[in-house]
Amino acid sequence: MLERVQSERMQSDRTMIDIRDVTRSYGSFKALDNASLAIREGEFFSLLGPSGCGKTTLLRMIAGFDTPTSGSIAVDGQPMDGIPANRRPTNMVFQSYAIFPHLNVEQNVAYGLKRLKLDAGEEKRRVEEALAQVSLTGLGKRRATELSGGQRQRVALARALVMRPKVLLLDEPLSALDKKLREQMQVELRRLQQAVGITFVLVTHDQYEALAMSDRIAVMFGGRIAQVASPKEIYQRPVNRQVADFLGGMNFVKAEIVEENGASLVLDTLGFGRVRTDKPKAFMRNGGAATLGIRPERLRVLWDNASAKFEVAGKVVERHYFGEITHLIVEIPGLEKPLSVTETNDFGADDIPVGAPIRLAYDPEALVAMAD
Amino acid sequence: MTVAAEGSPPLRMAGARRNPLLQSEAVQGFALISPTFVYALILLVLPILVVIAHSFWTQNYLTIDHTFTLENYRIALTEPIYRDLLWRSLYISLTVSLLTVLLAYPIAYFISFHGGRHKSLWLFLITIPFWTSYLLRVMSWKVILGYNGVLNSGLMGLGIISEPSDALLYNSTAVIITLTHAWATFAILPIFVSLEKVDRTLVEAATDLGDGPLRSFLRVTLPLSVPGVISAALIVMIPTVGDYVTPKLVGGKDGVMIANAIQAQFGKASNWPLGAALSVTTMIIVSLMAGATVLVIRALQRLAR
Repeated sequence: MLERVQSERMQSDRTMIDIRDVTRSYGSFKALDNASLAIREGEFFSLLGPSGCGKTTLLRMIAGFDTPTSGSIAVDGQPMDGIPANRRPTNMVFQSYAIFPHLNVEQNVAYGLKRLKLDAGEEKRRVEEALAQVSLTGLGKRRATELSGGQRQRVALARALVMRPKVLLLDEPLSALDKKLREQMQVELRRLQQAVGITFVLVTHDQYEALAMSDRIAVMFGGRIAQVASPKEIYQRPVNRQVADFLGGMNFVKAEIVEENGASLVLDTLGFGRVRTDKPKAFMRNGGAATLGIRPERLRVLWDNASAKFEVAGKVVERHYFGEITHLIVEIPGLEKPLSVTETNDFGADDIPVGAPIRLAYDPEALVAMAD
Repeated sequence: MTVAAEGSPPLRMAGARRNPLLQSEAVQGFALISPTFVYALILLVLPILVVIAHSFWTQNYLTIDHTFTLENYRIALTEPIYRDLLWRSLYISLTVSLLTVLLAYPIAYFISFHGGRHKSLWLFLITIPFWTSYLLRVMSWKVILGYNGVLNSGLMGLGIISEPSDALLYNSTAVIITLTHAWATFAILPIFVSLEKVDRTLVEAATDLGDGPLRSFLRVTLPLSVPGVISAALIVMIPTVGDYVTPKLVGGKDGVMIANAIQAQFGKASNWPLGAALSVTTMIIVSLMAGATVLVIRALQRLAR
């Protein structure tokens, strides 16, 4: 099973879920505002955003538990308007897992199969296959009330996967687990998705979860989709400050647009001088001002007499120790806000005294221009 | 602290011995229930013991012969009149509990799943009949079911029947109708409570796995509300077996139940030992029937999976 699927990863350019101009209003409040999105077949897709951004609303509309006020959703080319949740080719892993407490593990997993009226052997085989996929073999007779959080999550996964849906919807499936288990499940979920080749749509507010598991991510704020891209692009080339900020730390520097052409921008900044950067696809000029961003880990401490082509100099004002890394706050003359720098502790960044002068190297590639 | 303790060792010892006792949860619990417990002991347990004792004695005109005998139980169990009355009481109470649960379930379901913001208002409305006395409510059923009653006049007015039916009042059907109405609230509340506890996500999960509304109800909501159904059935069944007022008022001679016979033994017939034996027999049979009902509902629940 595993070999077969790993050799033929099903990700294609075919659209599996087509979301067109979907709006969901509650009175005057718009939970989702004119969202359009195409999720590809076999893709691990994440809807990422803070609570209340409309990601769960969108997921529930794909599942059929909520209806768009306007716009349309199609799954596998088939319009979903008026099709109730129980007749959609989607299955869901609920945030609370929703394990049936009156049934044991096996009965939970077989729940949806009962309606298909398979013969007993086939049903048993599919249940066991699903339990094996989530490493729960042998726990079939366990009562639902006797399961740990991690096990409940696996049962919920098996119960949905056994239906062989075209799309598996996951509503914050890892948020109830402790950190260690969560990280382990991230890896397992990703592996499982690649093994079964089903389109996964994950809703999460945890940026690391989205970055670690997804093929593509849609970042949402206030009912709107801000950016859809691969994890790397979302992290390295966020379209605006909001996205950049939500996906981890980012230093923002005020900049002035000096020159703009099709592919690049030339910006004037106080601390970093004049820099040329790639122009982001969705860059919308708003007057002459822009923001330049750089991630704290893309600034490197220059030791002793080392020098770099691109560097800034300043003074350490704070130092925070985090085990394998140290977080430095560095004041740069001319910059209104000090820069955050994340440095690994291999070379003794944890011993840099507060108040010491410091030079930081950076790669101009790591500088991101954002519209103000 | 230590100095004071050393200075008064006996006091400290006494304190140590007394405090754990007063602070133990069990003792506190008993203290809390003791007024009710004493009350129940005097007014419930003692009378039952008196009744049980009487059931083994014999009535000798105005005095009671205290020699042990099982004669009363022989009469209670073999005499056709008592056997029939007991059967009828069990039949009526079983029918009433079944009907009450069947009628109460949809109401409880409606309030719990579709009551929205008005749940408390609905529950409040359901308690309104309790604002009048039970006797008045039974009497009003007489008005409805009587020969010249509301139901007969209504049916005649509609041309469904040509002359009043006397099959409505003074028989066991009248008792069943009246009791079903009277006990509805007691069945609605426990069912409502257990429906409230059903996690709505479970119903969504069932829908997601392909169940339509009816199937998800039968496979998830109903099995999970069984505890409420059981308590509703028992709450109705146990008191209705021994109901005395309702058969007396609307039952006529065909609606007489065992409680009326017991009352007669303690009253007019003045045979306390026989009345006591009938009471004890009824109590035992009701307990057995209640136990059997629980087992049957549980078995049905298991079958439904």
